[in-house]
Amino acid sequence: MEQRGAITSSGTTSSSPASTRLGRVVIRFAGDSGDGIQLVGDRFTELSAVFGNDLATLPNYPAEIRAPAGTVAGVSSFQIHISDRDIVTPGDAPNVLVAMNPAALRANLHDMPPGSTLIVNVDNFTERDLDKAGYAANPLEDGSLAAYTVYEVPMTSMTISATKELGVKRRDAERSKNFFALGLVCWMYTRPSRPVVQWIERKYASRPDVRDANLAAFRAGRNFGETAELFDHPYEVQPASLAPGTYTNVNGNTALAWGLIAGAQLSGLPLVYASYPITPASDILHELSKRKNFGVRTMQAEDEIAAAAIAVGAAFSGALAVTGTSGPGLDLKAEALGLAVSLELPMVIVDVQRAGPSTGMPTKTEQADLLLAMYGRHGEAPLPVLAPRSPSHCFDVAIEAARIAVTYRTPVIVLSDGYLANGAEPWLLPNVADLPPIEPRFTTEPNHDDGFWPYLRDPRTLAPPWAVPGTPGLQHRVGGIEKEDGSGNISYQPENHDRMVRLRRAKIDGVEPVLPALELDEDDGAELLVIGWGSTWGAITAGVRRVRAKGERVSQAHLTLLDPLPSELGEVLARYPKVLCPEINLGQLAHELRARFLVDVRSHTQVAGVPLRPSELEQRMLEELAR
Amino acid sequence: MTTTNGHRGAASDDSPVTPVTLGRKDFTSDQEVRWCPGCGDYGILAALQLMLPELGIPPHEMVFVSGIGCAARLPYYMDTYGVHSIHGRAPALATGVAMTRPDLHVWVIGGDGDMLSIGGNHLLHALRRNVNLKILMFNNQIYGLTKGQYSPTSEVGKVTKSTPFGSIDQPFNPVSVALGAEATFVARTHDMDRQHMQDTFRRAHEHRGAAFVEVYQNCNVFNDGAYDGILKKDVRADMLIPLEHGKPIRFGADGEYGVVTNEFGEPRVCEVAEVGEDRLLVHDEQREDPTLAFALSRLSTGPDMPTPVGVFRSVERPVYEALVDAQVDESVERHGPGDLDALIRSGATWTVE
Repeated sequence: MEQRGAITSSGTTSSSPASTRLGRVVIRFAGDSGDGIQLVGDRFTELSAVFGNDLATLPNYPAEIRAPAGTVAGVSSFQIHISDRDIVTPGDAPNVLVAMNPAALRANLHDMPPGSTLIVNVDNFTERDLDKAGYAANPLEDGSLAAYTVYEVPMTSMTISATKELGVKRRDAERSKNFFALGLVCWMYTRPSRPVVQWIERKYASRPDVRDANLAAFRAGRNFGETAELFDHPYEVQPASLAPGTYTNVNGNTALAWGLIAGAQLSGLPLVYASYPITPASDILHELSKRKNFGVRTMQAEDEIAAAAIAVGAAFSGALAVTGTSGPGLDLKAEALGLAVSLELPMVIVDVQRAGPSTGMPTKTEQADLLLAMYGRHGEAPLPVLAPRSPSHCFDVAIEAARIAVTYRTPVIVLSDGYLANGAEPWLLPNVADLPPIEPRFTTEPNHDDGFWPYLRDPRTLAPPWAVPGTPGLQHRVGGIEKEDGSGNISYQPENHDRMVRLRRAKIDGVEPVLPALELDEDDGAELLVIGWGSTWGAITAGVRRVRAKGERVSQAHLTLLDPLPSELGEVLARYPKVLCPEINLGQLAHELRARFLVDVRSHTQVAGVPLRPSELEQRMLEELAR
Repeated sequence: MTTTNGHRGAASDDSPVTPVTLGRKDFTSDQEVRWCPGCGDYGILAALQLMLPELGIPPHEMVFVSGIGCAARLPYYMDTYGVHSIHGRAPALATGVAMTRPDLHVWVIGGDGDMLSIGGNHLLHALRRNVNLKILMFNNQIYGLTKGQYSPTSEVGKVTKSTPFGSIDQPFNPVSVALGAEATFVARTHDMDRQHMQDTFRRAHEHRGAAFVEVYQNCNVFNDGAYDGILKKDVRADMLIPLEHGKPIRFGADGEYGVVTNEFGEPRVCEVAEVGEDRLLVHDEQREDPTLAFALSRLSTGPDMPTPVGVFRSVERPVYEALVDAQVDESVERHGPGDLDALIRSGATWTVE
């Protein structure tokens, strides 16, 4: 155990002898994928949420369930940004890295700025561990970490000794070392113990030996922080002054699943969710399959195509039909989506985007399915496309997707992504009684002298009627073959096809969402507009705040509705001589904006499988302003 | 016929419609039937439209789902609810219908290419799950709508536009495939015998669960006479082996042929006079184990050998959508009806004043 220096307290706002107050801190836990890193991250997140900090998280784990232990490929990490103010991203770069082994250090060191703090489990720095991580020399000894404040803590051996008197076997005891790390970090940042203790007691109630070992390890970590002379004092991050109300901590997949349930409740329709397991969308299926008491029917289909086809059948039969997937699955569902467009049935398709092409990097985030969602079907097959901007926003967007689908009788694609799916943030809970209802307006009576015409449209929404099987007298056939406008009879007539193609597009163009389609934050006199969509909202917002803090003027626009683009967007873009569009793809929205509005939109792109960084965006905005 | 059931019924009638007297017209839409003149599909359509009214179920409680192909046009001609969907996916789409509305009667119509080639996977899974679907597969051993390519049931050596030197693919035996998937109801009929089709379709309807019916169907344009070797009037008695539950398996104009099992338990055709009536295999469609039914399906490997028709298997197993509903009901009973407000507050919460 060796102390190399004191923790640098960047962002210190005040200090007391007992503790130093920080405005915000970014902590990253990293270890082997079998080390329980995500669990520790989740606990620290909940602890900080309940404590009242604003926060944002970035879990990062390998696609392999158990990559070879101790290797860089097997490293799992969890980053959390906690603050006493409103924050919008998981942070640029960590202030603190907790590395449980050399591989975790090696995999994460490049993200650590000079002067930041490294807390390493020195017990795992044996020659064998170093070798597996690909270190020729021990970085703790060769001077390569001179720029950092390094704390070497024997976490494994202290966990073993703390649990010894419980009679826990050595190997079992080792498994509790993540709780030792959690205890240590909790002391460092003056987090309350109680919620963790209660959680351990509840979670492991049926396995008292595991419970007691974890409790002992957690306490040992805390006590180590307090009594060791390693750290001179702890830090505090005060609760943030968030808007009044009741909060919970939520990730994007859970919020999305709950939003779908809300959509079903608001419309009075049964929810049918058909899906095929795929990272990072499977957790939506997992969450919904637990909620059968809401009348939710989940189905794990034989493949992605079947999942989409099942949803079409459910939609035809009067359900709120949803299928969820990630990019590879969206490719496969394309034909069924074209059918839903042609049949004009309400349906929601969730694409939790991940890095592509092909298998790509299943656990890493990307925004490169935008043009696929908008155009990825043969023929003219338009449908509305929505994108949530933050984990909790997934709830609102899922409801909006259900509302648009049901109101306009159309499939709707929701573009979430890996970052939103697993990232968490505090969510100001809505009053569900205030959510506006969704009206399915089923047709139960003939609508024409000839009986029932399945494509006789509502003049305002252009939506066709929805007459579900079982309704007497309204028997009708729908199909993928072109239909005669109104009657729905098969038609190969040239003028009719041209009219139907335009009608289907016009219906989508007329979609009026309840949620704001475009969020505008304009700065008087700004020459630069930064426009984004989906999950980059946090990074762009943080970048804009920094640029404004430097006294510069910049405006921000963020799109939730990507198709149809909001009607006012053209005017907004025209107001600015400079438009910058940051995306995690090679410029898909920028391409669309340039084509639609003849505006010289500049792209800022990075396709690395990770969220954009506020610091890079700040830099780019400053460059654009200077241009 | 009552106006409530007619496609053009102007006014909806809230009064109960049972008992319903229905006729063929109640199941006939106003669309012109557009198969080639002489197509076997006409006979199948007629058999359906004659059988369905006898069930006493109003047409609005029926849904016909199809994929793509000549057979898949059938829903357009039925005055029921219908979806003409995409190639191969009808069993999946119909599963979505059945899950949402278990009270409806859902029929799936398709051809051999639709259900065994592009949609083979969905057929297998609908059968193994035992979704309450009545699946009619019209087998004409050819791709008709795309104008004459070989299909997954075409015989080896078949010369078509896409196999000018003869097909080298081993064909599927659809009944074997369905039994291999442990379908709970498997039958075979053919387009030359309307009464047999009606009886078979009725049996499929009466079965609770997935019912698979292979219908031998003649494509008189691209594969004319494919089944002449077994279906021509003068050979039929000697070439079709009628399967009847509880009865010894016998065929031939005078019942001179029969089926026995050999020392390995495999069914073999024999002359009754040689083996004696007592040794004939008695057909038991309710055998839990599908092995013997499968073996019967292997008696014939092509339309030049005596071929069993009728119900190969009919066993009881829980229906998929009933199990889905049971889990929903159980969950409501255990946790109470879902409360959205409680759900979103189910994790740790905190209040900012």
